[in-house]
Amino acid sequence: MRKQVRLVFRHDGQLALIIAAMAIIFSIVSPAFRSTGNLVSLLENYSVMAIMAAGLLVVLISGGIDISFAAIAAVTQYVVALILINAGGNWLVAFALAAAFGGLLGVVNALLIYYLRALSVIVTISTMTCYFALLMFVTEGKSLFNLPDWFTDDLTFWSIPFPVLVAAIVLIITAFILSRLSIGRQVYGLGGNPEAAKRMGSNVLGLQCFVYGYSGLMAGIAGLVQAHRVEEVVPNALIGRELDVLAAVVLGGASLTGGIGSVSGTILGIVLLAILQNGLTLLGVSSYAFGFVTGVVILLSVSATAYTAKRQARSSARHAV
Amino acid sequence: MTEATNSPRGQEAGSSPVPSASNGAAPFVEMRGISKRFGGVRALTDVNFTILAGEIHCLAGENGCGKSTLIKILSGVHVPNEGEIILEGKSYSHLSPAASQRFGVQIIYQDLSLFPNLSVAENIAFRHQVETPFRLTRQQAMRKQAEAVMERLKISLPLDELVGSLPIATRQLVAICRALSAQARLVVMDEPTASLTHQEVDALLATIHGLKSHGIATVFVSHRLDEVMTIAERVTVLRDGSNVGTYRVRDIDRRRLGELITGQVFESSLKAPFLTEATPALEVRGLTRQGQYAGVDLVVRPGEVLGITGRLGSGRTELALSLFGMNPPDAGEIRVNDKVVRLRNNREAIRHGIAYVSEDRLSLGLVMPQSIADNTVVSVLDRLTGALGLIDAVRRNQTIDHWIFQELRVKTSTADRPVQQLSGGNQQRVVLAKWLATEPRVLILDSPTVGVDIGAKAGIYQVIDALAARGLAIILISDEVEEVLHESHRILVMLSGRIAATYDPHRVNEQELLEAIHA
Repeated sequence: MRKQVRLVFRHDGQLALIIAAMAIIFSIVSPAFRSTGNLVSLLENYSVMAIMAAGLLVVLISGGIDISFAAIAAVTQYVVALILINAGGNWLVAFALAAAFGGLLGVVNALLIYYLRALSVIVTISTMTCYFALLMFVTEGKSLFNLPDWFTDDLTFWSIPFPVLVAAIVLIITAFILSRLSIGRQVYGLGGNPEAAKRMGSNVLGLQCFVYGYSGLMAGIAGLVQAHRVEEVVPNALIGRELDVLAAVVLGGASLTGGIGSVSGTILGIVLLAILQNGLTLLGVSSYAFGFVTGVVILLSVSATAYTAKRQARSSARHAV
Repeated sequence: MTEATNSPRGQEAGSSPVPSASNGAAPFVEMRGISKRFGGVRALTDVNFTILAGEIHCLAGENGCGKSTLIKILSGVHVPNEGEIILEGKSYSHLSPAASQRFGVQIIYQDLSLFPNLSVAENIAFRHQVETPFRLTRQQAMRKQAEAVMERLKISLPLDELVGSLPIATRQLVAICRALSAQARLVVMDEPTASLTHQEVDALLATIHGLKSHGIATVFVSHRLDEVMTIAERVTVLRDGSNVGTYRVRDIDRRRLGELITGQVFESSLKAPFLTEATPALEVRGLTRQGQYAGVDLVVRPGEVLGITGRLGSGRTELALSLFGMNPPDAGEIRVNDKVVRLRNNREAIRHGIAYVSEDRLSLGLVMPQSIADNTVVSVLDRLTGALGLIDAVRRNQTIDHWIFQELRVKTSTADRPVQQLSGGNQQRVVLAKWLATEPRVLILDSPTVGVDIGAKAGIYQVIDALAARGLAIILISDEVEEVLHESHRILVMLSGRIAATYDPHRVNEQELLEAIHA
């Protein structure tokens, strides 16, 4: 595992350096950036994204991709909010409902991918379209404002905002599953060499249900936390976040071909995007320019990864001599 | 050839098979009268295959002879239509994959089926992850298990390295360790040496002998006759889905084995000396590329076959790529037809009449899902364009017809079949056709017969001979010494990036060449 750790550190270390450099520059240029208030709201703003990223990371490591999680989050958010408004409940019930419903929609993805033998990207784009269209059709795009008070009240634990706490717990659980549980190692195996995983007796359908279900579950929780933060449920609020989350996870070193990725890298990827966006906003740069800069950063990151991989391949070819 | 002389035997293939269990060892498994049909196609007909406990047994035969079907019946993937499998004294009509593994049968596939993104220890102990998906992984237990297996094999592997960063030979050892960690009593290796160098093959042989000392039987499926001759104790030959027989290896020699496998008699003789002093088609002086090769001089004339041999990493492939413009040299001079040329990319090389058939035809030479026709003309599309830049269909079809059917005689009813449906030997012919269509003056062949069975090999040699006879200058790169010796007019040996020596095939034997390569 040492080599793995070293590899992770190399990528994570580079990201951390870039983040530190950006943080220093923004602190000097914009005093507002380094205020505690700004940093706390920054964390809170990106906690929903981090929760979704945890789910997507697991899917990417397994060698698949999930585009439908934002739609799953939107649908789950709406359904759970309706239940809470009409039947009442508490946080425990809310989380249980969100996890179950989101997880279920994720498992639907897994079943479709497995039985149709279709590419995950195609299946999840289709389910995304279906889930979201259905949501807009049934709700006629109407928002829900009358959420229960216990649900919308600000919560802090040891002065940590509730969304940040949820994100932290979710990321720790994900890291534990991926690095310490057998099923997590099997997910890496499946992503690294699907044929070998099958031959070694891995239950591929079971693993796929787990990863897509996990992504759906995370999406459900993310939707719940989002509704809590903004104190309303707007059906199309989360749509369009898929690519931001994907960008953060890929920036964090996860491979789109599967088998590679880590929670620590994902966190750094999100922090990098967060600081970049926040700093540029504080400097008064337009959000379109931000989109451009984000794109460039991702391109640079991907080319740097490809370059090191190429150099490694060469040096290991020389080792073979 | 290093085998001792043999007692004369009948010329007819299939003579004097050895009765099984002749040396007193108990059979581990006996497969009797196995027949298997896929739809209307008979894959195996009444095949007998007995593996003794702890023996090293080779299963030999050409592509499509039924070797892999037989192995898959043993591993429980296929159910035979007839026959019985006797294990531990009981007769079974077929095995399930789980039952096969329970009896200790472990298959190491050609692709090794390892996880490149996981550590060596995790690969070896992966089975545990599958058995208990919601348990904590136990790093210590995994390492201990891996260490125990390495101890048995007397090898040492870097347990923490990612498998993807290891050379192929080491990966193979990881696969063997993984098989052993499952209490294997029989390890089946499918083409284990296809991508190994001679040294690595030797190391693998030592490992296989180690298995034997623990009473574990090894079956390996191989094309390479010289390996079969050095490793195996017994060999079972299949041809067209039927038994040819089982032989003790010390009773036969390589040529005899080749005849048993193909049912044909091959003669391998040296090429007549090459005497013409025509202007060199390609001449290289002092070619150097930092870290790859240095000070390379070579000359090849029209009609001549120049053999280049050396270990993997000796710089032979890097040199070939430079001659094809894909790996620009730092210093030195390349002359084509006595004119100095600079080859900055492969388009320039093609324009100067240089063609290159790559070592790895599957990933570099062909677009597998595309048709034979499309693969053939891809390198000459610009010459086939007519008015308005459209492709001239008549000339396209003439080109395909000429090279695929007349010159190289690819075995196919139509050129519209996807290349991936062809056998290895026929795929190799399509690669040749593709390059010959560019009408080159110099043809560089990098390991043209890797993974090709012996019958198809002979076919490729005929093509090489015919092309040379028509005045093509050919550079033949190979690490099979026998091939270079019999197919070349002159042999260069590369050692650590330099031309170490030049040999006349008539004045050197295989053993001397091998020693020169591994000096």
